[in-house]
Parts: sequence; C-alpha cells; structure tokens
Amino acid sequence: MSANVIRSTRASQATIGIGAALCVAAATLPFWGESSWMREFVEIACYLIFAMMWNLLAGYGGMVSVGQQAFFGLGGYVMLSLGNFLGFNPFLAIPLAALVSALAALPVSRLAFRLHGGYFSIGTWVIAEVFRLSIANVSAVGGGSGTSLTALRGISRATREHTTYWVALGCVVAAIALVYLFLRSKQGLALQAIRDSEVAAESQGVGVARMKLAVYVVAAFGCGMAGALYFVSNLRISPDAAFGVNWTAFAIFIVMIGGIGRIEGPLIGAVVFWALNKFFSDYGTWYQMGLGLLAIAMTLFFREGLGGFLQRRLGFEMLPTRRILKLDAQPATPVPAHTPAAPSQLMPKVSL
Amino acid sequence: MTETIIQGLLLGGLYCLFSLGLSLMFGVMRLTNIAQGDLIVAGGFAAISVAPLVGGHFVMAGVVLLPVAFAVGYALQRTVLNRTLGKDPLPSLVVTFGLSIVIQNALLEIYSADPRSLDAGELATGSLNLGGDIYVGTLPLLILVAALACTAGLQLLFSTTSLGRAFRAVSDDREVAELMGLNSAKVYSVATALAFVLIALAGLFQGLRTTVSPADGPLLLLFAFESVIIGGMGSFWGTFVGALVLGVSQQVGFKFDPGWGVWFGHLVFLAVLLVRPNGLFPKTKG
Repeated sequence: MSANVIRSTRASQATIGIGAALCVAAATLPFWGESSWMREFVEIACYLIFAMMWNLLAGYGGMVSVGQQAFFGLGGYVMLSLGNFLGFNPFLAIPLAALVSALAALPVSRLAFRLHGGYFSIGTWVIAEVFRLSIANVSAVGGGSGTSLTALRGISRATREHTTYWVALGCVVAAIALVYLFLRSKQGLALQAIRDSEVAAESQGVGVARMKLAVYVVAAFGCGMAGALYFVSNLRISPDAAFGVNWTAFAIFIVMIGGIGRIEGPLIGAVVFWALNKFFSDYGTWYQMGLGLLAIAMTLFFREGLGGFLQRRLGFEMLPTRRILKLDAQPATPVPAHTPAAPSQLMPKVSL
Repeated sequence: MTETIIQGLLLGGLYCLFSLGLSLMFGVMRLTNIAQGDLIVAGGFAAISVAPLVGGHFVMAGVVLLPVAFAVGYALQRTVLNRTLGKDPLPSLVVTFGLSIVIQNALLEIYSADPRSLDAGELATGSLNLGGDIYVGTLPLLILVAALACTAGLQLLFSTTSLGRAFRAVSDDREVAELMGLNSAKVYSVATALAFVLIALAGLFQGLRTTVSPADGPLLLLFAFESVIIGGMGSFWGTFVGALVLGVSQQVGFKFDPGWGVWFGHLVFLAVLLVRPNGLFPKTKG
C-alpha cells in the first residue's frame, strides 16, 4: 500500500490562478476606476489584513486577543513619525512600521502571556489602553487630539491616491501570502497541531510556547502594517482612532461571519462586512447592534461560518493548508491529517 | 497624602463591587464576561429609570432592581451562556463581546450619549469626621462598607453553604460533580444570577457616586479585571484588596496629573503582573 501526502488540489491551484488574475485586473483600477472606489478598497483592505491577523491568533493560535489595536495604532504612529520627523517616504515607512510593531510584540508578549484564556483577552486590552494613554501624553504627536501626516505634502492627490491603492493591494497580497505560506510551512503544521490539541502537540515535540510567540509576533507585524496603511490613506491620526477597540470588534465580526480557523474566512467575511457597511451603516446604533447580534448568532449556531459552509457544499478548499494523506488502497476518501485517524492509516511515514 | 490614600480606598470599594461578579463567574465556570462593564452601566441606567417609578428613592430602586437582575442573569446563563462553555474560551468571549456591543448601542439609542446620575438625596452631601481635619463622604463610605459586606458574604457562601459547595464542585470538576448529582447548568445559572445582582448593585452605586454613560462600560470592565488580577484569582478577599490597591494607585496618579490616574492604575496592574503573575493573594490558577 502506498501513500501520498496531498497538499494542493487542482481546485486550489485554480483558486490561486484566478486570484492572481484578479489581482492583475485590480492593479489596473486607477486607470479606469473612480477614486472613491480606491478609497473604499484601501479601507476594507486594512480591515481585512487586521481580521486575518486576528484569525491567525484566535483561530490557529488559540489566543483570543482583544488588544491587537495596540499594534495597529503603533504601526500608524511609527509610520507617521518616520515620515514627519525623519523624512522617510510614508509608503516605504509602512514595512518599517510593521517591523517595529513585530519587535514591540516581543516585550509585550512577556506580559500578555502571563494570562490565559479569557483573562489573556482582557489583559491585551489593558495593554492596548496603556499604548493609547501613553501616546496621548506625547505632545510631539499632538497628544490626545492627534496630528496630521504632513510628509505627503507636495504630492499630487491623484498620485497619492493611486500609490496608496497599489500599496494597499500589495499589502493585501503580502498578508494573504504571509499567512498562507506560514500555515503551509512546518511551523504552520505545528500550529494547526496545537489548535487541535495542545497536549498532544506538545507530546509530539512541538514547542508550544515558542510557536505561540511566533504567531503573536507575525500577527503584530500584520496589524502594524494594516495600521500604517490605514493612516497613510487617512492622513490624520489620533490615539482614539488608532487604538480603538472597534478595530478588534470588526475583526471578530469579519472572522466569525467568514469562518474562524480557515484562511478564506476573513476574505469572505470582509466582503460581507463591506456590503453590510455600504447598505446599513446609516442606521448607526441599530446597525452596530445588528453586527453584535449576528456575531453572537454565528458563534452559537453557525460556528463554521460562511467559509466552512461553502467548503462543505463545494467540496473543496480554496486555499488548503492541511496535509491530506491519500492511501491508494482506499482512494475514494481522503483522510484529513488533523482528524484522529485509525492506527493503520497513520502507519505510512509522512514527510513534512 | 493621607487624604489621597483614603480617597483611593473609598474608590477601591466601588471597584470591588465592579469586580466581584467577574470574579464569581470566572471562578465557577471559567467564563470571562467581557460585557461586565456594560452590564454595570446598564444597571445604573435601569436604576435611574426605575427610581422615579417607585417614589424616587434609590433604596426602593435597588429593592426592585436586584431581583430583576437575578432573574435576568439566570435566564441569560440558562439560554445563551451555557451553550458557550467548554474547553475553548473563544465562544464565550465572542458572545459576551457581542453582548457588550449590543448593550452599548441599545443604551445609546434609549438614553443618548449624555452622562446621567442617580439622585442620592442627603447622602450625596453628608460626611463623617474621622478625627482631626479628615472628613469622608457618607456615600463613598457606605459603598466601601457594602463592598466589604458583599466580599464577606460571598466568601461565607462559598465556604459554608451547600450552594457554595456546589459552586466549588462544578468549578473543580464539572463531570464528577454531575456524577454526584449536581445539575451543572443550574449551578452555573445561579452563579450568574448572583453575579448579576452584584453587577446591578455596582451599577446603582456607580450612578449614585458619579455618572453613567453608554460608552463607560469597557473602562469599568478593565478596572474590574485589574482588581481581580492584582488580588489574585480565586479569592474574594484578594479581589477586595486588589480593588483597594487599584483605587489608591489611581488616586495617586490623579494627584500627579489629572490625566494620569487611569494610566497609572494600568501601570501598577502591569507591574503586579510582571512581578507577581498570580496576584498578591493567589489561590487557584486560571
């Protein structure tokens, strides 16, 4: 009996192909689209990247953070400071800001990781509040009332909007690639093992603590990137806007709608969120209440989300991260690598 | 300095009431109630709405409100929150987070964003002489005494009554407790019902002492949480002391700069987390 490890299917390769074609098409938007479309795309791109990072943390790393806005805001402020005070091009400052956020995650994790489960969530929120209040006391960046990104002065509006759009598109592609490749790597396999059972993963030699730190740092990088991008587009920053918990609220909503613990989840959720926002955001408080209730209902009754529903109905994963063991003896039913399998099916050596 | 510390201790009494419900729910069923702060605010608004209907006195408002809070807590746990419990904390966190957003916006819709307060009558202006030239307000002192009584009451409930034994049993091992004939769904519901009574009481006092506004919830949640962690999880007296430590820290911060109070409280919390991750009086591990 021979066995193969299947890591991608024709359908998933097609998804990537279609996705790449869509990106190329999207890149031409500035030549034929309206500038309001570009602004909308940039905004939803920030939500999407942020939600993807929350999904990585909560859906794969088991860390339900309510404080990722700490890194979002930090990314924004670092980008602004590099641009305004050190003369960096703000667009080039975006990856640097993301890097600073990732570095900041190292000491922050020392504090946050002392708490577990639900108390980890609120602990991260306190840390984000400390970031907000600390920045609000820094007069160089305008204190509590914030400041403007002056480094983009002198660049024509069209150039600025087009560049922001292309950078946003690039950030989205980079974020998807980052998460996809991370989850498909050896580390990603370890992470998914931790998600399925922390104890079992540890007993197989997975360094759980190290993996969690790695995820936390990667997520901080992504959130910092989203924050820097958002405020390059927005041109104005304030502690309340940068470190507001509503970022996490929308991320939770996007992920729960799309399906937690799957890459497609935030993508689908972001599209739904964009549509809901477009048609219902005028309803203000009622709209927000609806989002809250929808998130509750999805969690209670529809945990797999739209992504899981689609995968079940269509029968394939758009962006597979699992390793599926295919035995020639029984070719009809591929066995997902992470569900408990009968001993005979575990026998063949799986090379990672 | 003495005055700052006394003010801090009195403030801590209020924070203790904020945090007991959180501590109770987490202790019994490992459920972190992110909506804690918003529920406190909702309790404050409910008291403000109820008071005129029952003659305007806040005591009567409390008499009406606390049993209602008990029923609401029981029903919420029985119908919604029990479905979220399990090894994975995610469902309960997302559901209580969603609840928090729903409550905030509902309050905003009903009461608008303006801060409101509950009329405390003579209590608001009364004060007691503690000897020398130190006076303390009657109301803050009453709140501290109430916090002390609630803490002692909870501790007694847990250590001496059969209900307390049931709480501890389902907390230690739900399955074994069920084998011994306990209905954990009911025990959890009673715990949440009690937590909601404490939440309503906290809201009532918050409305009396200062103001409530729909956006206040998250900050109150953070104060409650910090009190629990500073004191050490699993001990109500720990939570009480944690709340006092937080109250004093904030008052000291306010003394330096009016913008620093809350910030300083957060920093003291982080310092305790760094130096004594299990809090000042650790008992059980989360």
